[in-house]
This record gives sequence, C-alpha cells and structure tokens, in this order.
Amino acid sequence: MSPVATVKTLKIDGRDVSGRQEETILDVARQNGIFIPRLCEMDGLSDVGACRLCLVEIKGQNKLLPACVTVVEEGMEVTTGSERLNNYRRMILELLFTERNHVCSVCVSNGHCEMQMLAQRLGITHVHFPYRYPKEEVDASHERFVIDHNRCILCTRCLRVCDEIEGAHTWDIMGRGIDAKVITDLNESWGTSETCTSCGKCVQVCPTGALFEKGRSVAEMMKRRQFLPYLTMMREENE
Amino acid sequence: MSKKKIATVWLDGCSGCHMSFLDMDERLLALAGAADLVYSPLVDAKEFPPDVDVTLVEGAVSSEEDLRKINMIRERTKILVSLGDCAVTANVPGMRNPFGTKAVYDRAYRENVTFDPGVPDQVVPALLPTSRPVHEFVKVDIYIPGCPPSADNIYYAVTELLEGRTPDLTLKTRFGS
Ligand code: SF4
Ligand code: SF4
Ligand code: SF4
Ligand code: FES
Repeated sequence: MSPVATVKTLKIDGRDVSGRQEETILDVARQNGIFIPRLCEMDGLSDVGACRLCLVEIKGQNKLLPACVTVVEEGMEVTTGSERLNNYRRMILELLFTERNHVCSVCVSNGHCEMQMLAQRLGITHVHFPYRYPKEEVDASHERFVIDHNRCILCTRCLRVCDEIEGAHTWDIMGRGIDAKVITDLNESWGTSETCTSCGKCVQVCPTGALFEKGRSVAEMMKRRQFLPYLTMMREENE
Repeated sequence: MSKKKIATVWLDGCSGCHMSFLDMDERLLALAGAADLVYSPLVDAKEFPPDVDVTLVEGAVSSEEDLRKINMIRERTKILVSLGDCAVTANVPGMRNPFGTKAVYDRAYRENVTFDPGVPDQVVPALLPTSRPVHEFVKVDIYIPGCPPSADNIYYAVTELLEGRTPDLTLKTRFGS
C-alpha cells in the first residue's frame, strides 16, 4: 500500500462518499453500508468479476460495469439498484438456478446460502427459463469434505482462497462455457489429492452448498468466514 | 355477492403443501365463510367444476395424467397458484430428471420387486421424460415458493386473492423454506 493515499470523492445512489484510489466501487459501497449484490467477490480475495451480479450504472456511460472490479474515480455518479439493474440481476440468478440442480429443500446450505438469500432479496419467486437438469457429479472421496457439482456456480472463490491464502492451489477450472467445472489437482479425486492440506478454507468461502463438511444434513452447513479478513490483515501487517 | 370457489389439486408432490393448508387450523373456518372448497383431495367431489376462482396446485407435472389434469384445470380456473417448491421448481420430484425415466422404472418396478417384476401398463400413468414446474406447461398467476409454504403464507395469499388483491410473497417465503 502506498504511504500517500489519494482520496476520490464520488456519489453512490445520490450519497456523497469517498474512497482511496485503488478501492473498487463495491469496497466503497460496503464501507458506507450500501448493498450491492455479489456472489463471486469476497473481501480478502482477489477480484475476478465472474458472476456479474454486482453490475452498476455509471452516469455518462452506456455500459454497465461490475462494481467489484471497477475502481472509484473522482466525480463518478453510481447507481446500484435501478429497475434495469435488478432485472438483469434476476435474469443472471435465474439462469444460475437452471444451469445445475438446486433443490434448496434438501440442501445442506438451506437457510444459509448466499444464492438462495439473494434470490429472495431480489424478489425471485420462480424461474422464467427452462431448467436444464444436467447430470452432475458428487465427489465425496475426501475424508472430511464433499464437492457437489449440482450446486456449484463457478464463482471460483474456492480456487482463489486455496491459491492465494492457503498456497496449495488444489482447485482449478476445467472446460469452457456450460461444460466448465471446478476440479481438484489434474481432475483427480479430492480424496487422493497430494496438494490439499485439508484446511477447509474452500468449504468456508463457498457461497452455496456445493462445498460442505461431511456429516452435515439438510440446512446444517453454516459457513465461517471470519478467518479471511483476519488472515489478510495479518499478512498486510507483515509486509 | 355469491361465494367464491376455491380448489386445490395434488400433482407430483408429497402432500406436504396440503398438510400446510390444513395447518391453517381455525382460520379454515374463516376461509369457509368467504369461499367454498369445491374440489380438493380434502373434499369429496369427483369432477373439477368449470368455473373455479382460485386453484392452488401442489406438485410438479411428472406424468401424462398430471399434464392432462393441469391443462383441464387451467381452462376452468381464473387464478392459478403454484403452491410450494415442487409446483414452482419441480424440487424433489425433479431430482429424477438427470437420470432418465428408465432408471426410475427399473428402480421402482424391477430392482426392488420380488413378485412379477415389470413396468405396469395399466392404472399407473406413464411418466413424462422429465418432471417439470407447472408454469413450463400452463400460465401460472401466483407463485408461493417454500417446501412447504407456511400456513401463514397460504392464508395470506388466499385471503388477498379472495379480496381481489395480488399478494406479494417475495419477502415472506423463498425456495426451500
Ligand atoms: S446451494 Fe443454495 S441455491 Fe443451491 S440448492 Fe443449496 S440452498 Fe438452494
Ligand atoms: S481444504 Fe484447503 S488445501 Fe484443500 S482444497 Fe480446500 S482450500 Fe485447498
Ligand atoms: S465449489 Fe463453491 S466456491 Fe467453488 S466455484 Fe463452486 S460455488 Fe464457487
Ligand atoms: S461480485 Fe462482481 S462480478 Fe461477481
């Protein structure tokens, strides 16, 4: 972090706010208690702009920009919750529901899932697109954890925490588009992974019920996220 | 004003949504004052009447019989309500979808059967290739997600509809709850 931080002032939803020059719109919104939906972004991990739920409008620009990877600029005027934005967000989220198999009623994360909560917050009562019902795998070979691809939304939080925080880089993405999936090592079973330290960080940051601890039944998987800002802070202090 | 007519139907669901409906307890009496339950698994009517005001549908559309019923009901109903996650998303009945009907038939009528295994060709209606939400087949007017939706939410939705208003359930219930 540079010793002299330049401060930018801008407007978010008509409110005057300010942020340091390297901060994103999402960072500054969060500091000011302004809610912007997001599923891939996580405080403490690098930003990838994968889910597009954080799209915002910026005055003078036609394009919608993802708030998690757009840094603040002097004089910016940002709108976070217009009807147009929320329509797009609902569409994106509905497509996520159709892409794999989300059966909330029997899900380990029922009641604690970021995707489920966001759907409710955005007022989704049903999905307008036809469901795909693809056949997806479940890998329960790890002695403590399970990956259920039916519930994975490819946010890549698991990849990032494993690589950037744990330093193991067990996770990767294989395939493109609709065929993309997260894999452990070279698409080997998680249980025989030689890189995984079994730290469980990936499980804790996963926004859905895709990653969970064995022995958890329906609605029992609550994720603990507090470690992440703490670890990041300790690192920054040591730098 | 003549009394409104309500109906409830049970497609591919576990009857949990109907249990939740019964859970309205003494409020059922209040409802009975405002409307007649003209067709339901809970009452003894054989034919679905031609002019129902509000029909609550539990369950996904999974068989040829479900499909025939829902088309007929849609024609005879002013306001069609998808009640519960099975009707809204296919939910648990939809969990067979990735595997195909053959696997389902084999499991139910061959692998677990000792006497005369084989798929029945009478009485049991044929399965559709996938079990799907009601609104993928007919127009649905109101959605009440939840597995099952609470009695409070059902009561709220039905009373609003009987009063001629559109219930807003968005913050009251969600998928899975
Ligand atoms: S991961 Fe979330 S959205 Fe998907 S089934 Fe589980 S609770 Fe529902
Ligand atoms: S448990 Fe830890 S090391 Fe293993 S995959 Fe998850 S984050 Fe990586
Ligand atoms: S397993 Fe979880 S954290 Fe990893 S990409 Fe899928 S949803 Fe995201
Ligand atoms: S939170 Fe910005 S793209 Fe996912």
